[in-house]
Amino acid sequence: MTHWLILPIILPAFLAPFIVFAARYHIGIQRVVSIAGVVAMIATAAGLVWQASDGTVTLYQLGDWAAPFGIVLVGDRLSTMMVLLTAVLALFVLLYAVGSRWDERGRHFHALFQFQLMGIMGAFLTGDLFNLFVFFEVLLIASYGLMIHAGGNARLKAGVQYVLFNLLGSTLFLFALGSIYAETGTLNMADLAQRVTLIDPAASVGIRIAAVLLILVFAIKAAIVPLHFWLPSSYAEAPAPVAALFAIMTKVGAYAIIRVYTLIFPPDLEVTAGMQTMWLLPAALISLAIGMVGVLAARKLDRLVAFSVIGSMGMVMVAIALFTPAGIAAALYYIVHSTLAGAALFLISDLVRAGRNNLDLTAQPPVAGAAMTAGLFFVAAIAMAGLPPLSGFIGKLLILSAGFTTAQMAWIWTIILSASLISVVGFARAGSVIFWKANSLEPTEAVARPGNLSYVAVSGLVALLIAHTVFAGQMHRYTTAMAVQLFAPDAYVATVLDTPGKLSKPQEDH
Amino acid sequence: MELLVASAIGLLTAAGIYLVLRLRTFPVILGISLLTYAVNVFLFASGRLTIGAPPILTDATNYTDPLPQALVLTAIVISFGMTAVVVMIALGAYLGADDDHVDDRSETEDAS
Repeated sequence: MTHWLILPIILPAFLAPFIVFAARYHIGIQRVVSIAGVVAMIATAAGLVWQASDGTVTLYQLGDWAAPFGIVLVGDRLSTMMVLLTAVLALFVLLYAVGSRWDERGRHFHALFQFQLMGIMGAFLTGDLFNLFVFFEVLLIASYGLMIHAGGNARLKAGVQYVLFNLLGSTLFLFALGSIYAETGTLNMADLAQRVTLIDPAASVGIRIAAVLLILVFAIKAAIVPLHFWLPSSYAEAPAPVAALFAIMTKVGAYAIIRVYTLIFPPDLEVTAGMQTMWLLPAALISLAIGMVGVLAARKLDRLVAFSVIGSMGMVMVAIALFTPAGIAAALYYIVHSTLAGAALFLISDLVRAGRNNLDLTAQPPVAGAAMTAGLFFVAAIAMAGLPPLSGFIGKLLILSAGFTTAQMAWIWTIILSASLISVVGFARAGSVIFWKANSLEPTEAVARPGNLSYVAVSGLVALLIAHTVFAGQMHRYTTAMAVQLFAPDAYVATVLDTPGKLSKPQEDH
Repeated sequence: MELLVASAIGLLTAAGIYLVLRLRTFPVILGISLLTYAVNVFLFASGRLTIGAPPILTDATNYTDPLPQALVLTAIVISFGMTAVVVMIALGAYLGADDDHVDDRSETEDAS
């Protein structure tokens, strides 16, 4: 058994206290340690992806206790890819935070950032539902600190709403876990997958309630209508690098839904039949519509980006709600795209803020550094709105083709296509007001152009989006392989439950 | 006993939800505390209620389920820490803006 699988969790867990204790007053050392840690994390994650790419499921038993008694970490194609995506996103966000000096505007930015990474990595890697709850709490408590980084009344108020909403979500999560444990007597995901098949379909009330409670919790994280109200003001008020990192947090919810509802409660399971198809798809379609209408209606650029995140999560959930291998493969392709595009847009909105001191969508003096910022906004908006030639368009095509053979095809096509049109209009309006109408007014005072490192970070994210488009064939083949692995969970279950650990064989009496 | 525990959980949850809907920071935080108490008792009861039985291996014949007790301990610690964090943030927001409403007020916040 190698220990590589736990490194993405252990590394930030050690770096964060090191930053607090050893480098408290030296922002330079903090930056070096933080960036070096994230680079090491990318290398580890790339190794894990390479290890999982041939379909092997890697298991790490904490303390060498065998599942279901011990806690396990599991690395398969899906979780390792999400870990790599998080690490890569974290690097660019960190570069931006350093370049724009956001990390100097409050204390402990880098330590909280590392704790946040630890929580996200843990949530992706764990194979135990209660452990998932614990890692959710780790990522949340770090995100509370990051959310109110640099202070300010509007930010604190949004922070209170964000914290309270998530506390309610955590309580709901515990209720769900309690009912699952009462019904099955285990919280290990692989063990649960076996035990729920043993439940008598005539007495499925408890497990149905538990499954619905659990999907509500994940829907809060993924900001699906009607549980999305926390997202717009939290993401808009959070510091830009933090909001960009939060782009992966909605995907944690989507990941949890994919994992739990393909492994534990698959769509063909008798005791919870009908749950996904009845409710998830309409909710996802409404999120998509509301998100894109919000893009058109927003009066500030940061709110516009926040609503586009809701809309893109709706798009992801439409694909997930089909619960077919093609749908999940399309959703996974779109998750990578939407994480990168959402993060890039949040950072670009901060470039705009740095160039003109506010984000109101009204005609104002020209943005400092307008040429570069406008170019980046143009590319990222094309990607987010799903126009050709970028990855948003390919992802949307994949989702449309996955939905083509279903009974709800008319609804899916109508809403996706009209929502795309609305978002194109919304982004076009925002871009032309900020960057074009600006020239009709004279600048009142000179504002400094954002630093070069900020542009490097944003350009890096945009370059990744372009790479995601160029290598779309390879990426889609890989996400298809992931979906196939998700829909054949026998290897996962066997690896987790059949690997012996400490005291697996009864010791002889002496 | 089951009836007593179940109604206690129900009562705590109902009171908690009522307080959360008051939309001022102090009642909302109290309500969330009540909800976490309710969920702690609920988790504890999810391993079935047994009286006077040990959770660890001894020479007894009757045992209670130890796992929910471990889960409750974790949940208590986490909810305790989270409540402390939310009290600090809410206090900061109240002292800064001189307003302890949790929701967005129509005159101070744009409708979007």
